[in-house]
Amino acid sequence: MNRIATRYALLLLVLSAVVIQAQQPPAAHNDVVIKNAVVMTVTHGIIQNGSVYIKDGKISAVGKDVNAPSSATVIDAGGKYLTPGIVDSHSHIALDDDVNEATSPVTPQMMMIDAFDYQDKAIYRGLAGGVTTSLLLHGSANMIGGQAVVIKHKYGLNRDALLFPGAPRSIKFASGENPKRVYGGKDQLPSTRMGNFAVQREALTQAQDYMREWDDYNAKVKKGDKDASAPKRDLKMEALADVLRGNLMVQIHCYRADELLTEMAIAKEFGYKVRAFHHALEAYKVADQLAANNVAIATFSDWWGYKQEAWDAIPWNAVMSMRKGVRVAIKSDSEDFARRLNQEAAKSIRYGGATDEEALKMITLNPAWIIGVDDKVGSIDVGKDADLVIWDGYPLSSYGVPNKVFIDGDIYFDRSLPGFGMTHYSEGQ
Amino acid sequence: MNRLLVSFVLFSAAAALAQQKPTVLKGGKLLTVSHGTIENGVLVMQNGKITAVGAEGSIMIPKDARVIDAKGMTIYPGLIDSEDNLGLTEISAEQSTNDLIESSDEIMPHMHVYDAFHAESELIPVTRLNGVTNAIIAPDTKDTLPGQDSFVQLAGKTSPEMILIRDIAMPLNFTGEQRHNESWDKRKFPQTRMGMAAQLRQAFLDAQDYAQHWADYEKKKSEATQKTDDKDKKPDDKDKEKDKKPPSPPKRDLKLEALLPYLQGKKPIVLAAEEANDLQTAVSLAHEFNLKFVLNHISHSQSVLDYVAGLKVPVIVGPIYEDPKPYERYDTVYSLPAQLYKRGVKIVFASFDAHNVRNLPYQAGFATAFGLPYDEALKAITLNAAETWGVADQLGSLDAGKTANVVMANGDPLDLRTDVKQVFIAGQEIPMTSRQTRLRDQYSGQ
Repeated sequence: MNRIATRYALLLLVLSAVVIQAQQPPAAHNDVVIKNAVVMTVTHGIIQNGSVYIKDGKISAVGKDVNAPSSATVIDAGGKYLTPGIVDSHSHIALDDDVNEATSPVTPQMMMIDAFDYQDKAIYRGLAGGVTTSLLLHGSANMIGGQAVVIKHKYGLNRDALLFPGAPRSIKFASGENPKRVYGGKDQLPSTRMGNFAVQREALTQAQDYMREWDDYNAKVKKGDKDASAPKRDLKMEALADVLRGNLMVQIHCYRADELLTEMAIAKEFGYKVRAFHHALEAYKVADQLAANNVAIATFSDWWGYKQEAWDAIPWNAVMSMRKGVRVAIKSDSEDFARRLNQEAAKSIRYGGATDEEALKMITLNPAWIIGVDDKVGSIDVGKDADLVIWDGYPLSSYGVPNKVFIDGDIYFDRSLPGFGMTHYSEGQ
Repeated sequence: MNRLLVSFVLFSAAAALAQQKPTVLKGGKLLTVSHGTIENGVLVMQNGKITAVGAEGSIMIPKDARVIDAKGMTIYPGLIDSEDNLGLTEISAEQSTNDLIESSDEIMPHMHVYDAFHAESELIPVTRLNGVTNAIIAPDTKDTLPGQDSFVQLAGKTSPEMILIRDIAMPLNFTGEQRHNESWDKRKFPQTRMGMAAQLRQAFLDAQDYAQHWADYEKKKSEATQKTDDKDKKPDDKDKEKDKKPPSPPKRDLKLEALLPYLQGKKPIVLAAEEANDLQTAVSLAHEFNLKFVLNHISHSQSVLDYVAGLKVPVIVGPIYEDPKPYERYDTVYSLPAQLYKRGVKIVFASFDAHNVRNLPYQAGFATAFGLPYDEALKAITLNAAETWGVADQLGSLDAGKTANVVMANGDPLDLRTDVKQVFIAGQEIPMTSRQTRLRDQYSGQ
């Protein structure tokens, strides 16, 4: 144990010397071998006494034994569990409370990156809970909210170093009580679910008109019509046009079974796809239809009763929906849950009998699919980003706590370090 | 006094169940809490009480007993939640379903949880399915003195059946949350901690005055009675007395009257503070009026834990999920139970919740990942809680003579993965159903 710590401390010295001063991602990644771990791959079972070889920030080999150059730094996991980094598919951290532009029910031109506070301690606390990737969403005040930002929890680096490279764009929709309350409270539309969906259809119809105007204009230009005048550019309409063109993944906050069905019908009517329903506490009632439409859910494990539309929530929702073929993620939607998503996922073992791998998938590969980054993160597979967590205790229990957290092969959190346990941040910076 | 009341209520319940056949849990692992773990144990319950606990072979199983095979099961005492809002809310956002707090004034000691506790709440079956059998029910925390807590048992048809102790303790909240400082426009007294403290001090002074007025009255009354009884009075004295009216009693004031048991040290105050400065202000106030107290939360008081230990009072920790302050390490709150335990402080856990009181044991489990010994974690939601609330002769451990609040689960009570298979409250098998299991079964086609 001490020996490992010493060896590891040396590694840290090397890393931190480069990184803390520069506040930049490390220029060159160290080759690292994590050995003597119980590797929970998510996609191909559990490897007892397994190793992972990390090269250039990617997973280069996984197995009982891996071929790695002798120059690679060896980290002995001491028989601890190794999982992929946790992926949180529904978060509002690091936005400094700028979550809702609640001044109009349709605000697709809002870009969450414009509010992104990369120094928010919540990023660090999530990291200390094993979270390496998060989808930062607009809130649910509006029927059509803003466009999300996907981050990696590289706490301590500069803003752009935290952005997930090449992550697809997502937009937040919402229906039900929240938009009703926000606008109904001001005696504005929408104050009912009729109003909810009328607003949504109206906005999408305007976007169709906008697209037509541009299509006509582009056609005229193509024909060589020099008198053709370009329509006015409208950020709001352009964002919605991107929804209709399939360039934005649609993430919908929605609770009740009837609303899940209505949202899928509207999507069909306007020709876009719903990527995932968020919260979806009544998904278990219509899981067949969700599975048939390949719509995922990002849900809570057992939170319920906080409002009328959460009254029929049951802790078996995740597993019942999964058994019907729905891709299920457990998400945080709070600074608190983001610190212990492993515990929330473990509840699906108790409520409905998920296997350990199924439970782990709910906080790794499935949320990665919802965000559209499942080809890069979410499992321990060759070629994927080396976002990994070494755990003290069994991760899917009351007792699992991250010991070390790697992102792109570098250690960003280490429980054994003093202060905040950070390698890329020190107090006072 | 509390103990007598509990005994009385439990005795009545037991009387109703007279002639009950004994129930035996045989072959399980008994976590007694008070005297260790018994592998392959036997537990006998009859007439609402635990009548025998021991290793198989050492306990005589009554001939007429109903024997439940508990092989592979873990058996432990019903869990006690040291603060929650069960029975005071149904759907948080629907104000019509809430009886959480009287927000018209801050000094509301005459509000009694038992007047609002809703026995038929759908939240109660959900809670007890996870092995929580008893709870301290408190009003919400927006007032400094929001009212008085009740101690309940989570089985029964009516509120009086479930409430074991009506006014068991009184919260005094001093966390800053009680300030009316939401905005400059909406400000009202007390807008600051100075205001909160001044208002509290005045309330306790008023109650002391009130007590004095009544004491004076009682004294005068008894003197008057004595004088009337005096047979050797001179005629002129008698004339004088004719002019004197008998003393008239002071006007009763329910608010001040409610504070008296606490000023007299008969019942504990639950003193809530988060940060070290608030904690010390609140403790000073309590000392000023000689209040008996337990501490609540103290989540951000790590700098003064030795001071806390020196107070020699129990601490309700948590919730362990409370976010740390930006200047605190991620595990500051997680490790608080262990830090207090190391200093010899008696700790108990509370859910501080309503809908998910069922997750109480997971807080205790999580605390062990940050250094709290396992046995102490289990104790903090059973025997420590029973001792803190003065009911340890009835609850908190698997011992003969105690109320048969017993839980049988398929594993470690503190682990999230464990499924509770059967709960007994006062020896009765609780139906393992709730609104949630009914919805599950309905949509599973069962």
